[in-house]
Amino acid sequence: MPSFLGYERENGRVGVRNHILIIPLDDLSNSAAVGVEKLIHGTRAVPHPYGRLQFGEDLDLMFRTLSGFGKNPNVASAVVIGIEDKWASKVADEIAKTGKHVETVSIEGNGDLRTVEKASRLARYMVQDASEKQRKEFDVSSLVVSTKCGESDTTSGLASNPTVGVTYDMLVDEGATVIFGETSELTGAEHHIARKIPDPSLRKKFQKIFDDYQTEITSRGANLLGSQPTEGNIKGGLSTIEEKAFGNVQKAGTRPVTGVLDYAEEPKSKGLNYMNTSSAAAEAVTLFAASGAVVHIFTTGQGNIIGNPIEPVIKISANPNTVKTMSEHIDLDVSGLLRFDYDLREAGRRLHDLTLKTASGRLTANEILQHHEFAPTKLYISA
Amino acid sequence: MVSKFLIHAEADFVGVATEDISKGEKVEGVYMDTLGKLQLEARDNIPLGHKIALREMPKGEKVIEYGEPIGEAIQPVSKGEHVHVHNIRSMRWQ
Repeated sequence: MPSFLGYERENGRVGVRNHILIIPLDDLSNSAAVGVEKLIHGTRAVPHPYGRLQFGEDLDLMFRTLSGFGKNPNVASAVVIGIEDKWASKVADEIAKTGKHVETVSIEGNGDLRTVEKASRLARYMVQDASEKQRKEFDVSSLVVSTKCGESDTTSGLASNPTVGVTYDMLVDEGATVIFGETSELTGAEHHIARKIPDPSLRKKFQKIFDDYQTEITSRGANLLGSQPTEGNIKGGLSTIEEKAFGNVQKAGTRPVTGVLDYAEEPKSKGLNYMNTSSAAAEAVTLFAASGAVVHIFTTGQGNIIGNPIEPVIKISANPNTVKTMSEHIDLDVSGLLRFDYDLREAGRRLHDLTLKTASGRLTANEILQHHEFAPTKLYISA
Repeated sequence: MVSKFLIHAEADFVGVATEDISKGEKVEGVYMDTLGKLQLEARDNIPLGHKIALREMPKGEKVIEYGEPIGEAIQPVSKGEHVHVHNIRSMRWQ
């Protein structure tokens, strides 16, 4: 069985990175969080524009996203900074369930400078503790991998997405957990996914998620023309959402779907999982990372440059122009598939190997170029 | 002849250019499922990644790619023509 070198966390989960995360609970705490990141080597802040006056499902999702980032096994320990103490503690308490070290600092009564000092002093020891942690060998079945495509074109459907499909089949057969999503981008091919869900109650759950989003679009008196396909998609030759969807679903491979997940929900079963996500790159990858995914595989045609603060993003393209003009962003060039230089099985094997190498510590282009997009999904307007 | 386009499935009405194709050029395509080959003459310039019609399609006909309908023709399409947003559209959102 293939293996990789990862970091074992207190709860037995296996991470592939060793970040100290500085989580601002709300927009007001971004400055302090970024301040700590600037002062303390090895810390990563995740600034965002939300966290105030959210309520109901939208608040639950915000908490799940922030605590999910803290719980992700790519994170060694975390400091949560909030303007008020109570909500920061809610997120911290959830992270603490994993057994990892987490602290909170609140700004009211302290001001930014004392907050930055307090959080920096905490983070300084967290970084040192994490630096003692050694990588150990783990079976590939410990991995949680996610996938998404962006700025897709027809080369995505011809080559890079089917390559992910082959890799996903290999990972599922090896006992790993793999996730795909992109609800709106299944439009026209949703029956293809529904057919892959053997459990009738899960199939019904998937269909409801899909139908609810279609209803959401039409209830706003809109359709997605102009958004789906995007301008980049159309430039790359994609003409309709159906064509984009059939290209998109190639990434899921051929194994049955054994889990249907809500936004940022942790997978309960190994194998192939579907998660309800936006098709916007940063939002989707943020949700996958919040659910516990540790390596992301991202295909692009025209050249999407997305990254994530804690989940390394492997970028793969089959567009012969993009791999030349945007080479610094591409981790794996599979444009040879279009010339029959090698077959899909070989491309899938290369991506599988690169996934394990990345899990073992090889940096991705997005990590080197410091693409750390953090984009929590907002369900509705705050109070 | 160098292959310049790929076809996902035997049942498809369109191929996808893997290199830029010039108007009037005689080009070969390869079926990805059967590895069978097909030759035709391009009636338009077809940029890399864009689709070429493998057969006539009357207005209203469903366009097949991946062996599945991906849209419908909004005007008659000739064999060898560029197939894109100017002559086909989604059947879901219009």
